[in-house]
Parts: sequence; C-alpha cells; structure tokens
Amino acid sequence: MLKRLAGVGVALLLGTTVAVAQSVTMAMSSSPTSVDPHYHTFAPNETLGIHMYDRLIERDPLNNLIPGLALSWKLIDDSTWELKLRQGVKFHDGSAFTAADVAYTFARVPTVVNSPGSFSIYTKTVVAMETPDPYTVRMKTNGIYPLLPVDLTNVFIIPKNLGPNPATEEFNSGRNAAGTGAFRMVSYKQGERVELERNDAWWGSKPHWQHLTIRMIPNDGARTAALLAGDVQLIEFVPTADATRLRADKRVTLAEIASQRIVYLWLDRSRGGPTPFITGPNGEALTVNPLNDKRVRQALTIAINRPAIVERVMEGAAYAAGQFVAPGTWGHAPGLNPPTSDVARAKALLAEAGYPNGLRITLHGPNDRYVNDGKIIQAIGQMWSRIGVQTTVDAITWPNYIARANKQDFSAYLLAWGFGEATNPLRALVYTFSPAKGWGAVNRGRYSNPEFDGLVDRLMVTADEAQREKLVIEATRIAMEDVALIPLHLQQNIWAMRAGLAFVPRADEDTRVMDLRPAP
Amino acid sequence: MTTWIFRRLIQAIFVVLAMTVIVFIGVNVIGDPVEILISPQADQAERARAVIALGLDRPLWEQYGRFLWNAVQGDLGKSFVFNEPALRLIAQRMPATMELAVTAVLLSIVLGIPLGLYAGLRPNSFAGRSIMAGSIFGFSLPSFWVGLMLIMVFAVQLGWLPSTGRGQTATLFGVQWSFLTRDGLAHMLMPALNLSLGNIALVLRLTRAGARENMPMDYVKFARAKGLSPVRVVFVHVMKNITIPIVTVIGLEFGSTVAFAVVTESVFAWPGMGKLIIDSINVLDRPVIVAYLMMIVFLFITINLLVDLLYTVLDPRVRLESRE
Repeated sequence: MLKRLAGVGVALLLGTTVAVAQSVTMAMSSSPTSVDPHYHTFAPNETLGIHMYDRLIERDPLNNLIPGLALSWKLIDDSTWELKLRQGVKFHDGSAFTAADVAYTFARVPTVVNSPGSFSIYTKTVVAMETPDPYTVRMKTNGIYPLLPVDLTNVFIIPKNLGPNPATEEFNSGRNAAGTGAFRMVSYKQGERVELERNDAWWGSKPHWQHLTIRMIPNDGARTAALLAGDVQLIEFVPTADATRLRADKRVTLAEIASQRIVYLWLDRSRGGPTPFITGPNGEALTVNPLNDKRVRQALTIAINRPAIVERVMEGAAYAAGQFVAPGTWGHAPGLNPPTSDVARAKALLAEAGYPNGLRITLHGPNDRYVNDGKIIQAIGQMWSRIGVQTTVDAITWPNYIARANKQDFSAYLLAWGFGEATNPLRALVYTFSPAKGWGAVNRGRYSNPEFDGLVDRLMVTADEAQREKLVIEATRIAMEDVALIPLHLQQNIWAMRAGLAFVPRADEDTRVMDLRPAP
Repeated sequence: MTTWIFRRLIQAIFVVLAMTVIVFIGVNVIGDPVEILISPQADQAERARAVIALGLDRPLWEQYGRFLWNAVQGDLGKSFVFNEPALRLIAQRMPATMELAVTAVLLSIVLGIPLGLYAGLRPNSFAGRSIMAGSIFGFSLPSFWVGLMLIMVFAVQLGWLPSTGRGQTATLFGVQWSFLTRDGLAHMLMPALNLSLGNIALVLRLTRAGARENMPMDYVKFARAKGLSPVRVVFVHVMKNITIPIVTVIGLEFGSTVAFAVVTESVFAWPGMGKLIIDSINVLDRPVIVAYLMMIVFLFITINLLVDLLYTVLDPRVRLESRE
C-alpha cells in the first residue's frame, strides 16, 4: 500500500515537473509598443512578432537568409523577383496561407494609422505584385534591386481574413493577432507581460514549450535578479558587468555571439571652416576644420588602443573592429584588420598635418544608450590625450544627444549601427547624404567621397552575389582607408538562462524562445 | 466654506494652466521624439513623414493652442508610441500604482505610529533607542538599493517571495487588483515595503516627537490626576493632539508616494504609472509626459484640499474662512 502511494506520489511529482518544464518565462529588456506587427519598426516589437508571425524570408543565427514562408526566391528578369511559397501553412485563425495574404500584407503596411516608424521602408521598393497562382508571388521593382530578399526578412505576414484596414488596437486586444507563427497570443498586458501558447500546427520544428510568458523587465539589475531567483528562465541583453559574475554562477549559463552592431566614432565633415569643438592646443580658434585632413583622421584612429577597450571597458564582451562586419561574414574584407595603436606615428601624422603641438577637442557620446558608452569615450579621451590631442569628454543622455547629433552639433562623437548585411552600412552610413535617393540617411558626419559613392551605385544594381561582394569589399577598403569614420568594436550579444537549458545566440539580437531547449 | 472651496478651485485652475505652459515648453525643448521613435534604418523621406504624422512640423504656439483646445474637451492627446489616448494609458496603469501607494501608506501608519508612540513613551528603553536608530536607515538608504537588496535576500537567496512583477490579479469593479489574490499579495509585499520605508521612518519620528512634547503637558498631568487609565490618556487625549501634523504629512506623502513610486516600480518591474512615465521620458512620448504631470498636479491639489478639510474635523479651533 505504502509502496503504491509512494508510486502515485512519484507519478504526481513527475507529472508536475513535466507540466512546469513545459512552461517558460522570458524577460525582455524593453517593452513592445504594440502587437500589431506593422505598427512600429522597433526591436522589441520584432522580438514579440517572431513568436507569433512568420516572414517570407527568415534569417539564421548568423544572419544568412533562409526560407520562411517562401521556400525559394530568384530574379526572373532585371526587375522581378519570383517567390515560391510554402504550402499547407495555416494561420492561427484557421485560414490557409496563400499568395493573396502576401499581397494583402504589402497593401496594408503603408496604411497603418499614426505609425511612429513605418514598415513601408521595407515594402516601398515593390512597385507592383502579381500572384499567378496561390503559391507564387512576383514582386516588381524599379530596376534591379538586389536587396529585396533582405528587406523581406523584416515584414511579418498577416491573414487577409482581417479585412480592410485592421485596427492596431484590435491586435493588442487579441482579435486581430493571428499569424502563422510558432505561438499564438493568449493575452497582452502592455508594458507588463504577454502570454502565448504553442501553435502545434506550426511548420517549423516544434518548440519545446507549451506555454510562453514574455515579461518586460527593463531594469538590468531586476532582470538579472529575476533570473537568479528562478522567476524567469531566459533573459536578454545581459549587462557586461553582470556577465562576468554570471559566468561563475552555477545556477545559470550564458549564450554569446558577436553582434552586427558596430560602435564607431563620427568625425565632423560637414564644415570646411572651423568645427565647434576643436581648437588649437592653447584654445585658440582655428580657421579650418582639421578633420578634413586625412592625416589627422588617421592619427586619431591609430591613437586608439582597441584591444584595451575590449579587455578593460567591455570586459571582453566585444570584438575589436577595423571594418563593419566580422570575419567569416559575407562582405568581410580580408586583411582589413583593426588599426594597431601607434602613438609615435600618430604624433608624426599630426605634425605633418601642421599640428605639431596637437589640438584640443571635445569628444561627445551618449551615456545611456550603448553598452558602456560613457566609459568608452572616457578611455578614448585618455588615448587621444597621449598623442597630444587634449580631449574633454562630454557624455549626454540619449534623447538630447541624438537630437544634437542630427544637427551636426558635435565634432567627434560616438554612435553605433546595427545592420543585417554588409551593404547596409555602406549605403546608410558612408554614402553621401542624399535625401532624394534616400541614401546616406544616417551619415551624420556628412562624409562624402565620389569614388566610394560610384562603387555603391554600381553594387546596388548588381544582381550577381559574388560580383556584389567584390564591390562591397572594394568600397569598404576605400571608406576605411580614407577614415570615413573610426570603427571601434562589434558588441557581443549575451543571453543568460537557467542551468540545464541551451539557447542559440543570434547575431541579430532577436530572442527566439523556439531556440531555447533543455540542454542535451 | 463654499466660497472658500470655490476660491481654491479657481486657484487650482490657474496652477494647472501655469503647469501646462511650463511642461509643454519644457518637453518641447528637449530632444527629438522622431529620432527616438523611428527605425534607425528609415530614410530621409520616412523621417519627414513621421515628423508630419506627429504634428511636430507645426510651430510650438500652434501645438500648444491645439493641445489646450483639446484638453478643455477632455482630450490630452494621443501617445506617440502607443497611438492610444494618453489619459487612457495612465488610467490603465493607475490601479497598480494606487494599490501599491495605498498599501505603502497603510504600512507607514500601522508600523510608524505604534513604533513612534513606543519610542516616545519609553525614550530611554533599549527598544525605543533601537527604533530610533533603525528609523535613520529608513529615510537615509536610497530606495533603489534597498529594493535590490530585498530582491537579493528574499527572492534570490531565500526564495520566499517572487522577485518582480505584479503576479496574479483579480477583478473588482472592472479593474485588475493584486491585493485580492495570494500570489498578488506576495508580489506586492516587497515593493510596498520598499516604497513605505521612508514614510514609516517619517511617521515614526513625528509620532515620537509629538508624544515627547505632549506627555509633560498640563492636560496630560491633569488627566492622570483625574484618574484616567494610561491607555485612555495616551490613545484619546495625547493621540488627538499629535495627529494633526501626522495627517498633514501622510496626506502630502501620499501624493509623493504616488508621484515618485517611479524608482520602486522600475526596480520591481511593477507595471504602474511610474514605470509608464519613465518609459515615456526615455522615448520622449510628450503627450504622456504632459498628461501624467497634469494628473500629478491635480492629485496634489486635491490632497491639499482634503488635508485642509480634515484639519477642521480634527481641530475645531481651525476655521477655514478665517484663514483667508
């Protein structure tokens, strides 16, 4: 009898462990602003979205394109991409996924009311769409547009059953929140939590978890504490200071990978005359902008000891960079290494440029945006001072900082740029600021180099992958050799989870609970 | 009395109006919300579109005029971030903050007054001295640190209480409340205690000072001489006289507790108004910031009014009309 009871007890116990093990709670570092996948181009919205919706083309952990709702994509003529869709996929509302849903989604994206950041930046290159049969989509662009597949990795597909003009609020309430994704939404409490349940009909490999709770815990300390207390099983954006400690903690494991977010310095190139935060060594006004002299820019970049920043400031959670992408990634220029620091040569270059006694400069940066941003500019300030550039460091809160950076208020300043593939930073950051084209949109330093621009113009109409990569590498070399900006390091993405779990870290910073499983 | 209340209301309207001017100008000189909200990948055309969509291309006076006009009609604008009315967002978060603040204030009363009385009546005892020494920690330790320590000890080390969040809620009057469920209460205990620590110390010290001041007074001696029991002397006669400053302070502190629950709410990921305002400031969601500050001003005005009215109840010598 006792034995039997014990047996029942054990069974009950096992039963409960299984039930508990199939529920998982993940903590995000900032709150999504909506469940509507087309409302706001905002990273937390994407993290929520990937659990509920699918895209035509997905990205693997290293940001290579892989089939999503589309099984294949190819250029059939210079301005037409043809996509073959996955068959047998069902939306959470039971309707079957077909080409009509793709057309519906693309028509809906630009019409979202009051969107603070529209997804039309990813759909507007598609000028027309044909659906010759339910599982084929042809997208027409104006001329060759080789990056369309990359843009498609950002657009979540929703069912045409939602009818004309589905309201954003109805996504939040759950009524419109139907996707094809791995989980379906059960409830959404803005800024607090989202409850989801596994979609057993999902086409991808079945997630381990039956129930998923996503909680928003923006405070770094509180997020780490929630993990240590076992209230959540997975946290994203582990601060580097905590990571060092967590590595030694037996209760948790970490998953880490090099990100595609480059931290770099802009040098003001918008002015021919004096730039506001640079003076002569004794504070005297200058008549020219010394940053227009390549030798000064070279001196500033080789003055920086990148390994020291990675080691001491970033506590090892970064990779020193001499170009935009990490080695082994598409578009990486072989041999273009992080510049080695050389104080003597930097001083010589300054003297050669006509500043033998150095300069005085104020280096600006945010103090609440990127990992250790304030500390990085302090370290650089010291390194620059060593070559005779007396540096004052000014760290400013992000909302004010970015508004001023947009007005070219600074002379030298820190920013970071996250990108999906190697052409993106060339086009958005380094290309001449050209509103008509929509390129160089975040070229805040206003760097401009016709030779570089010519190469980018060419690569943007080159359909052949290998040929395009050659042009990317060539353009990268030109930009780096000319010190268009000063690359510092690529950040490391860090996730932490309870011991006994395994997670696939991703270069694109997305947190996918589908990739969290019990460790084998 | 009615004229007095009427006058106070007129004053209140001017205070609110002045506040809107200050806040509106204040939030409009800092930063650029479009840059914060928009995708970094957006091109120049998309940026220009967002500026127009948010109405930020209009001159400031026009934006302010439109805001005032809508405010008179009860519309404080739509959140840039959530595209929902700012007031509705705040109202959704208000119950969470209110129950936390009310619990915190209740804690400061039920813990602060008895402890303060004890320390006041037995000032030289060991317990009385310990209470006073302990109260120093209550108001001098920063609450974000105490909050993290509470989490480290009770959630991470001992595992007794959940670390963050609001837990299970139950519905009452169509609103979700945590204090109605066991799980919710467990989630609320640490944040409420953290929020009330400073207030406990304050109330405790006020009560002690009042008791110390009143005990040697003639009316107490007379009451004793009359043969009243010590319990009656303390709880009826002394308490009545020391309640006035305590009521004032609790009233004002309730306002501050609501307004400044920000720190506790972010440490404990408590989804209240404080967390909303911090998030909104970080993304420069101007309508929400303005609406929140207006609501806080309104709250303080109401509380001050109530405190003044309470005076007349507690102290019959106070006449509101004569104060003008």
